[in-house]
Amino acid sequence: MNNELRNLYQEVVIDHSMRPRNFLKLEDSTCSAEGFNPLCGDHLTLYVKLADGVIEDIAFQGDGCAISKASASLMTTALKGKKQEEVFALFGRVHALLTEGPNGGENLDGVGKLAVLSGIWEFPLRVKCATLAWHTLRNALEGNVRTDFNKTNNGVNNHES
Amino acid sequence: MSDIQKSSVFDVEQVRQNFPILGEKIYGKPLVYLDSAATSQKPQGVIDAMSYFLLKENANVHRGVHYLAERATEAYEGSRVKAQLFLNAEYAHEVVFVRGTTEAINLVAQSYGKKHIGEEDEVLITEMEHHSNIVPWQMLCEQTGARLRVVPINDNGELLLDEFERLIGSKTKLVAVTHVSNVLGTINPIRRIVEMAHVQGARVLVDGAQAVPHLKIDVQALGCDFYVFSGHKMYGPTGIGVLYGQSELLDEMPPYQGGGDMILSVNFKKTIYNKPPYKFEAGTPNMAGAVGLGAAIDFLTSLPYEALAAHEKDVLDYGTRMLSAVPGLRLIGTAHAKASVLSFVLDGVHPHDIGTIIDREGVAIRVGHHCAQPLMSRLGLPATARASIGCYNTRQDINALVAALGKVREIFQ
Repeated sequence: MNNELRNLYQEVVIDHSMRPRNFLKLEDSTCSAEGFNPLCGDHLTLYVKLADGVIEDIAFQGDGCAISKASASLMTTALKGKKQEEVFALFGRVHALLTEGPNGGENLDGVGKLAVLSGIWEFPLRVKCATLAWHTLRNALEGNVRTDFNKTNNGVNNHES
Repeated sequence: MSDIQKSSVFDVEQVRQNFPILGEKIYGKPLVYLDSAATSQKPQGVIDAMSYFLLKENANVHRGVHYLAERATEAYEGSRVKAQLFLNAEYAHEVVFVRGTTEAINLVAQSYGKKHIGEEDEVLITEMEHHSNIVPWQMLCEQTGARLRVVPINDNGELLLDEFERLIGSKTKLVAVTHVSNVLGTINPIRRIVEMAHVQGARVLVDGAQAVPHLKIDVQALGCDFYVFSGHKMYGPTGIGVLYGQSELLDEMPPYQGGGDMILSVNFKKTIYNKPPYKFEAGTPNMAGAVGLGAAIDFLTSLPYEALAAHEKDVLDYGTRMLSAVPGLRLIGTAHAKASVLSFVLDGVHPHDIGTIIDREGVAIRVGHHCAQPLMSRLGLPATARASIGCYNTRQDINALVAALGKVREIFQ
């Protein structure tokens, strides 16, 4: 098996894609948003329950490739109990990990288990699959209800800012 | 152009020699190109013809009086005649050069459609259309108040002709239908459809993008009013395609875009338009592209048609058998009349992951919704994986695909 593929589809990634955690609708969410990636048909709805600026609960539903599902699942497990302002800083580090890889020079403190997604940087076309959940989360927290990735042939496009 | 001798025998190895890109290695493995329905590869003859034009003949067409202008015009108009003969159109001026299928459909919608289709009128399309044969009609309907109606398909991916007959009526002004589905491979019964439409006085546009590389096209026998296709799916370059329209229709249609070459005379009070096809070719056209399309037609018509069709059917049938035997795999699109497309889904694995994994084995397929989201909704699928077959594909390519799908199972057990 090809090494890059092994790094992309690590066991934890496959596990989270097949048995996604927090895969349900939160009935008492305080904000939610939908995310679409028309290139591959990924679609997810993200639910967040915020209390005093802290993510008390977070969950998602939807359909997509293994990378998008695993990324969403891992994200929800990483963010429970986190303060809202920590989320954006963490997204910045995760984003650097996804686009530059583990040796990209970015401080990866606090990334924790999300580091299993580091193989994606070798597959630039798949970066958007992994960031969909994060962009959707940002929209949910900022009060936008829908995330649409435009069709581009490059995973790192203007939406990846 | 092509060094293939016309004979009744189809020698796929000899055909492959014409496509330099097929010698490429992908991640160190031989390229297995099964994505011709997205775009086909280009034979040496097409590459050479375009290169020769740019090296030796380039000048603006229809404008100059100098030597090169004449050579360029001859080359460009020569391709129009090749396209005419390729389609068996009655006149060369029934061939309008456009950027591709999409532009051709937009041209008909905005020119013919705006003139002839109004409020209360209906445009009839099918559930299996590509977005490019849906959206231009939706735009027209928004502009004119006309109604878009959709003929459903059955679970095998075949058009329901009973429903077609039920939906078509005196309000129907135009039927727009694909000849071959880009997702299902279904070959639609165009002659029947044209007959049913003409009884109601409706015009018919046929999207031939997926048909021209595989089927012999005769627009007079089909009886359709418009036939549109792209060069790049039939071994030609991108950025060039054809709108065929019956002479009387093109004559009375208003121009689509204004500019140079589409006029006879211009003053600030009134412009007199040129006659078809020039009326619809505003601006300096894609000359090298037209020359490349001409070379692609030369290439395709140099192949013995019956033997090519038999070869492609053999690879399709073999692929159908081999893929059906893969555990957890389901073929999407099992129409009785089918061409060159193998869409499938694999239990528990998203098509996007299939595409990424088999790419590392050198196998190129398309994954996603294939610009046919309404069809995906009808099928209840977010996406499919699609292997599509061109003249250069072999049973070995199918074997490589099946072996690569084994790697997918190693990862997604």
